[in-house]
Amino acid sequence: MNDMGKRSEKKVVLLRVFFLILGAVFTAIGILGEEYTIVLNKAVRICLECIGIG
Amino acid sequence: MHRDRLNRSGKFRKIRHVIQICSAVFFNGYIAGLRNGRIFTGKTKLFCVPVLNCYSCPAALGACPIGSLQAVLGTAGGRFPFYVLGILMLFGVILGRAVCGLLCPFGLLQDLLSRIPVRKVSVPGKADCLLRYVKYVILTLFVILLPAFFTDGTGGSVPWFCKFICPAGTLEGGIPLLILNPDLRSLAGPLFMWKMLLLAVTVTGAIFIRRFFCRYLCPLGAFYSLFSKFSLIRMKADRASCIECGKCSEVCPMSIDPVQQINGTECILCGRCGDACPSSAISYDLPVLTESSRK
Repeated sequence: MNDMGKRSEKKVVLLRVFFLILGAVFTAIGILGEEYTIVLNKAVRICLECIGIG
Repeated sequence: MHRDRLNRSGKFRKIRHVIQICSAVFFNGYIAGLRNGRIFTGKTKLFCVPVLNCYSCPAALGACPIGSLQAVLGTAGGRFPFYVLGILMLFGVILGRAVCGLLCPFGLLQDLLSRIPVRKVSVPGKADCLLRYVKYVILTLFVILLPAFFTDGTGGSVPWFCKFICPAGTLEGGIPLLILNPDLRSLAGPLFMWKMLLLAVTVTGAIFIRRFFCRYLCPLGAFYSLFSKFSLIRMKADRASCIECGKCSEVCPMSIDPVQQINGTECILCGRCGDACPSSAISYDLPVLTESSRK
């Protein structure tokens, strides 16, 4: 692999790690802020808008 | 070596079908809902599934990430959707658009529809190129901006994409619930007719243009495409082995040139190109299978 290929591969790995960490941090913040209750409340009731009669 | 064998024998085609069917059943495993017309209310609905799967489908066991995103953004007072966005990012980085190619039940439906033996329509290059941006407009406008900023008297907002566009909601939620509940049926009006029309357009589109909805309209596909360049599941094209036969482009459901646009935003990582390649130049590039990780 040439230098450019190595640099590009390194960039891919860095982006991957960055977004994995960011995703995990966001999820944790959401869980601490009990955002999942909004998701649950929406998901356990029939969403009239979603089915086209709301 | 094993990967090459897998590609040449076309075995991955069977594996892909098994994955797609298992995934559709896994995300929609509440069979009782299809009998009694009630949706599942258990705790698994805390979790967003990675695919476009309406949470008002009587069989759905999880929450639709696009619906959840709009629900959080549309909450009175406004909230940043950390939880939903975080989960979507994790799915995006780990699976990328393999979610579209291998897991999405609506993608499976489009694959089945495309098997109807009619002459497929080839969208002219420029129009095709422009239409592919529509999904990003839908994501930005209908999923994010309108639910976040276009509030009603209560300070909340409606899920704009679900309400006015989503054909998956009509198919998976609307039709079965209206069939099973006479009370809901009496409420169906012009909005339901509009959504049925959009569903008809989507179904017809998928018959004539492979992966019509994924290609042009899906906001979830648009989101995952942002991770295509660095997702953990990727494809690999060995240009030195490529004999330029064009078979990969012929079978590609997204109508791209897999060799040129490998791991591009439009590649849904379905692996059909690898199946079709006579010189095994295209294969999955999973970190556990790479040469470097084997050493």
